[in-house]
Amino acid sequence: MTATVMVAAAAWVVLTSVAHVVPASRFPAPLDVLHAGRQLATSGYAGATIWGHVATSLGTVIGAFAVAGAAGTLLGILMGSSRRFEAFVNPVFLLLRPIPPLAWIPLAIVWFGIGVQSKIFVVSLAAFVPAAINSYTGVRSIDPALIAAARVHGASSRVVLGEVLIPGALPMIFTGLRISLQASWAALVAAELVGAVAGLGHVMTSAAYDIYPGMVLYAMLWVGGLGATTSLALAALERRAIPWARR
Amino acid sequence: MGAALNGDGRVRAALAVAGSALFLSVWWLAAAAPHANALFLPSPVAVAVAFARFVHEPFANATLPQHLAASFGRFALGFALAVSVAIPLGLAMGWSRRVDDVVTPLFEAVRYVAPIAWLPFAVLWFGTGIGGPTMIIFAGVFPACLVNAYRGARFVDPVLLEAARTLGAGNRRMLVEVMFPAALPTIVAGLRIGAGSGWQSLIGAELIIVSSGIGYAMVQAQSSLETPIVISTMLAIGAVGAGIDVLLRSLERRLSRWRPTPEQRTTPS
Repeated sequence: MTATVMVAAAAWVVLTSVAHVVPASRFPAPLDVLHAGRQLATSGYAGATIWGHVATSLGTVIGAFAVAGAAGTLLGILMGSSRRFEAFVNPVFLLLRPIPPLAWIPLAIVWFGIGVQSKIFVVSLAAFVPAAINSYTGVRSIDPALIAAARVHGASSRVVLGEVLIPGALPMIFTGLRISLQASWAALVAAELVGAVAGLGHVMTSAAYDIYPGMVLYAMLWVGGLGATTSLALAALERRAIPWARR
Repeated sequence: MGAALNGDGRVRAALAVAGSALFLSVWWLAAAAPHANALFLPSPVAVAVAFARFVHEPFANATLPQHLAASFGRFALGFALAVSVAIPLGLAMGWSRRVDDVVTPLFEAVRYVAPIAWLPFAVLWFGTGIGGPTMIIFAGVFPACLVNAYRGARFVDPVLLEAARTLGAGNRRMLVEVMFPAALPTIVAGLRIGAGSGWQSLIGAELIIVSSGIGYAMVQAQSSLETPIVISTMLAIGAVGAGIDVLLRSLERRLSRWRPTPEQRTTPS
């Protein structure tokens, strides 16, 4: 494992900086990436320093994911626990569900411009749908015998929801939130690439125009790093929320 | 009992109609409101008319079916390429510890980078013609296919593997005749997830770098404020995505039909 990483790192250094097999205009050398990092940290690039861009992107993802993920989960639980509510919502949900979040970007720009609002809108859509589908599946896949047993012992609908349906669906709910979070990052980067005034996707677009591969790769590292960090944070939350499902 | 179920079924059908009607009427009322701007939100009727016209009248150099055909062709190429690399590699990782140890760290390093984030490098390396978009589709399809082929191979019933070994199967036959068929349902599930992600990544790429295809038509419609066409293309993208999904789902069902149930496995007949 460590051997692979070391070989890959060595290959990167040798191919770009020692043997010059890969031209710097195609793939940046390690020093180019360091240079890009230093520039972003001190003088800034594409309108802000790294902290400004990270704050824009990370703030959008976390805010939109938290609100839309919660709303999607709620809708999924309602659809899962009431067949009538499901019948009411399902036709519209089935119409909108196959439209990928990225296909909403142009309409979002018409409605909200290229500022942060259109990103919040697109990321919310991306986070909403997987959360809804998985919490719905989670509630539906609970053993009906458990629900019947709770009812026989006199549990009210509210108790059944709070003590049987939601705890039983929690593993699926978190599966949905994990997918939602990944979809949120993908939607954010795409929306920022299409048109933005700040954020990591905007850094990548500007760097692509300037033919500055070191900066492109540096911004990609941030996108991947933040994606991994937020996923790990969600996994930690999952372990606290479902202590009985140790894996 | 049957009558009661029927009654409930009727209530649900009525609720489904009510839900759809509510959605359409809210949309229609919002579009017809006194201060509404048709550039901002066209009515459902305006969208339906634009959609019908777009089927035979070109917009952004092509009709809707032509744009869709261009996008789908690109998608098919990228999908085929990703699948033909990801499945053998995933199976090999599941088969051999050594391959697993080499590939996994590299895969983990790029796993959290969204497929569309490769776009600047895709353009730099392969241009905006066929290569760049193909690489983005590849980046969208590849991870799910790799992970599922790997899992499919890892979780093949060890009894099957031992039985085949005992009966004298060589490495090649083990891979082709035991592992691959046993992993197939998982692999196809991966194809379905990958196809969804690849189709969406292609749309993203077409919004930014390509000058044909459904995403290009969409972004052209947006910049000339043809909002009814923007919404028409969204619906068409959703329909094609759903069509791909239905196709792969039926493949998944057909392949998992012959799969032995747990009872059959433990009590051979």
